[in-house]
Amino acid sequence: MKLTSKRLTPYILITPYLLHVAVFVLFPVAFSIVLTFHSWNIISPMKYVGLDNYAHLLKDRLFWQSLWNTVRFLLVHIPLQIVVALALAEFLNGPIRGRAFFRASFFLPVIVSGVVVTILWQQLLGFNAGMINKVLTGMSIPKVPWLESPDVAMYAIALMATWKNVGLYIILFLVGLQTVPMQYYEAADLEGATRWQKFRYVTLPMINPTIFMVVVLSTIGGFSLFIEPYIMTEGGPLNSTLSAVMYIYRQAFQYYHMGYSATLGFFFALLILAVVAVQKKYVEE
Amino acid sequence: MIRKIAVYLLLTLAALSFLYPFVWMVSASLSSEAGIGSLRLLPVEFTWQNYLTVFDRIPLGRAFLNSVIVVTITTSLVLVLGALVGYALARLEFKGKQLVFFLIIFTMTLPFQITLIPNYITMVRLGWVDTYLALIVPFVMNSFAILLFRQAFMGLPQALIDAARMDGAGELRIIFQILVPNVLPTVVTITILTFMGLWNDALWPLIVIRNEQTMTMPQLVTLFSVGGRADAQLGVKIAAAVMLAVPVILLYLFFQKHFIRSMASSGLKD
Repeated sequence: MKLTSKRLTPYILITPYLLHVAVFVLFPVAFSIVLTFHSWNIISPMKYVGLDNYAHLLKDRLFWQSLWNTVRFLLVHIPLQIVVALALAEFLNGPIRGRAFFRASFFLPVIVSGVVVTILWQQLLGFNAGMINKVLTGMSIPKVPWLESPDVAMYAIALMATWKNVGLYIILFLVGLQTVPMQYYEAADLEGATRWQKFRYVTLPMINPTIFMVVVLSTIGGFSLFIEPYIMTEGGPLNSTLSAVMYIYRQAFQYYHMGYSATLGFFFALLILAVVAVQKKYVEE
Repeated sequence: MIRKIAVYLLLTLAALSFLYPFVWMVSASLSSEAGIGSLRLLPVEFTWQNYLTVFDRIPLGRAFLNSVIVVTITTSLVLVLGALVGYALARLEFKGKQLVFFLIIFTMTLPFQITLIPNYITMVRLGWVDTYLALIVPFVMNSFAILLFRQAFMGLPQALIDAARMDGAGELRIIFQILVPNVLPTVVTITILTFMGLWNDALWPLIVIRNEQTMTMPQLVTLFSVGGRADAQLGVKIAAAVMLAVPVILLYLFFQKHFIRSMASSGLKD
């Protein structure tokens, strides 16, 4: 390398990157657009079908159901995540003994694979033998058909996902809370503000950026939902937990509809980008 | 005072709700099938049978080895390649730098759902299905790692590089012997993030690996759990899950602070 001319050095250094991006990012994006106009089972030659895939997508009830399932997941997951994470972060953000211990235990599910967490929760959510229903029975609350009812199963998965991820968001909120200047609280104290008023009018506005970040991260995470319903319910009961990524996977690797599956992926990706862009815009205003 | 007690009570309750299920999981995996329904923290009718059954039915040892090989090679390459590109972006001037930044941001923004199917087809075309290559090569370049290295390198004094140049060091020696040792926290962060992402991911392996001997651990445990081979025996499924969790939890016990700091930084990237 010493002998090469100085001007070439940067190009030698970035060439592997450019090659990699070309093969694994740029080509796939272009190829996915080509695929959306074709019907292909990966073995016989590709067949041009014009806009058929898009027309099919618009009428594909199962795809829209999978989108709706994902939205239902997010509607429970995001608010729950924010409330629990913010509350626990607020409790931790003070002169707390054993803070490191609490933080470490909240964070434990974050580092473990979703595969482990799902297998674990499958047992916890069991109707008869599950720990959660046993605790409910102990408090004389009727048992909940967590995974058996199509009206409940997706929310049960949202509950589990919150349990798994909330530790990360607690840390992010703690970082956010520490950026609020102490003077603001002191000023509020002079005004005789209550604890809740301080939280509502000082803390909340100051950590808005963190809340936004949590919303975006959980949205992207929710749109990627796959392994949890795949293991927990295989999309059931009655397709009520079929996520969009699961449906894309099914179209590609069970039915070998590569063209259609790529169309779903393409459409879904645009949708994700649009949702995140709207969220960004909303926050800027 | 009352508030203080309430806060500690709530925190303890929360901590229990995160820890207890893990303890229960280990205890259940060591219990007889009849004893699993118990909420107790100690195994009921202690037995190793669930673990023996797992090893009897699936090549979990092999899958562990596969995961270790794939994760080690990929993480090393992410570090080496990330340092090279990060150095070029941080310390060298060249035409097209803006294009590289654009590509990095583009890659990081792009939802994976769009590249999933085409990348699978690329693997088929290259004949990489059922090989380590399919698990390694797509992940050796990591945009976030590049950005982290760039940022870290920018914080180092130019004098460090100039002195090395005077001694006749080439660019590679400057990068790996002078700069990288000075940004070890960044190296740790990238290592943890890459390791975690690869060790825990099941979706991509499910797509490109069909041969049981090449499967990674999360993939094999997933298929074992959804397939019929666990024979609906809960204890056996749970034992497989415990073995998937143990390596990460052990590392977490030792490097807890690094784990938390690294993962938080990945959340803060936007």
